[in-house]
Amino acid sequence: MPTKPAGTLYRGREGMWSWVGHRITGVVIFFFLLVHVLDTSLVRVSPEAYTAVIGAYKNPLMALGETGLVAAIVFHAFNGLRIIAVDFWKKGAKYQRQMLWAVLGLWLVTMVAFSIRHLSLALGGH
Amino acid sequence: MSATIENPRSGQNSSGRIAPEYRRHGGSKGNFEMIAWLFMRLSGVVLVVLIFGHLFVNLLVGEGIKAIDFGFVAGKWADPFWQFWDLAMLWLAMLHGTNGVRTIINDYAEKDSTRRWLKTVLYSATAVIIVLGTLVIFTFDPCPVVDGVPLPGGFCPA
Repeated sequence: MPTKPAGTLYRGREGMWSWVGHRITGVVIFFFLLVHVLDTSLVRVSPEAYTAVIGAYKNPLMALGETGLVAAIVFHAFNGLRIIAVDFWKKGAKYQRQMLWAVLGLWLVTMVAFSIRHLSLALGGH
Repeated sequence: MSATIENPRSGQNSSGRIAPEYRRHGGSKGNFEMIAWLFMRLSGVVLVVLIFGHLFVNLLVGEGIKAIDFGFVAGKWADPFWQFWDLAMLWLAMLHGTNGVRTIINDYAEKDSTRRWLKTVLYSATAVIIVLGTLVIFTFDPCPVVDGVPLPGGFCPA
């Protein structure tokens, strides 16, 4: 078993960095999912336990955290569709760079819209 | 016109010159890795729909996250539509995420024993979360009663 790779296979640019981004967002979402199932399971303990824990989430720091989580999910979703296009569309590999920029553009538009709506609901005082 | 590429001579005899792990046929794993690869793509498309719908309904409609409490969950799970939506999301997301983390473990953990340990922890966590989540969705009680007394905050028939 090799203990050290001879040189590196990493090529940089759009292909590698989208892969890095996909991995990191995937791991982040997975660990959130474990916690999210556990906190939702509190509905089976008692109504007050669930509402108390969810209430603890309702603060400005968590509102920013939720926005970051959704940013990770939206990137992973759009880039995942790009990966499917690379694998199944016959011109997918040729246009993978352009598709990454489309992913990032759609991601930006989606996140601007989401952030305005979510942060004004979560931070709006009333 | 098509050219025929001859088989590599090193594969012509069965004298064991190719180490077993490098043979491309007859592996004991079958086509598990291909099924896993396909599952990531199919579940991915479905998850985009399920999770975007989940985020839209829970965070962007009405009062958004401020409206989420026990009553919000009770309202959703009174409808089998949302029970099955959440069930599908739970199973697909957990299996998709578990397979992704399995791939990452295979990539970065070099020692066989380390890989085995990490995957044992991973699969245990996955099993616990899937079983727990499934039970919670289908045994949910909007009006929990302890010793004949309804717990405060529940939604009990008047």
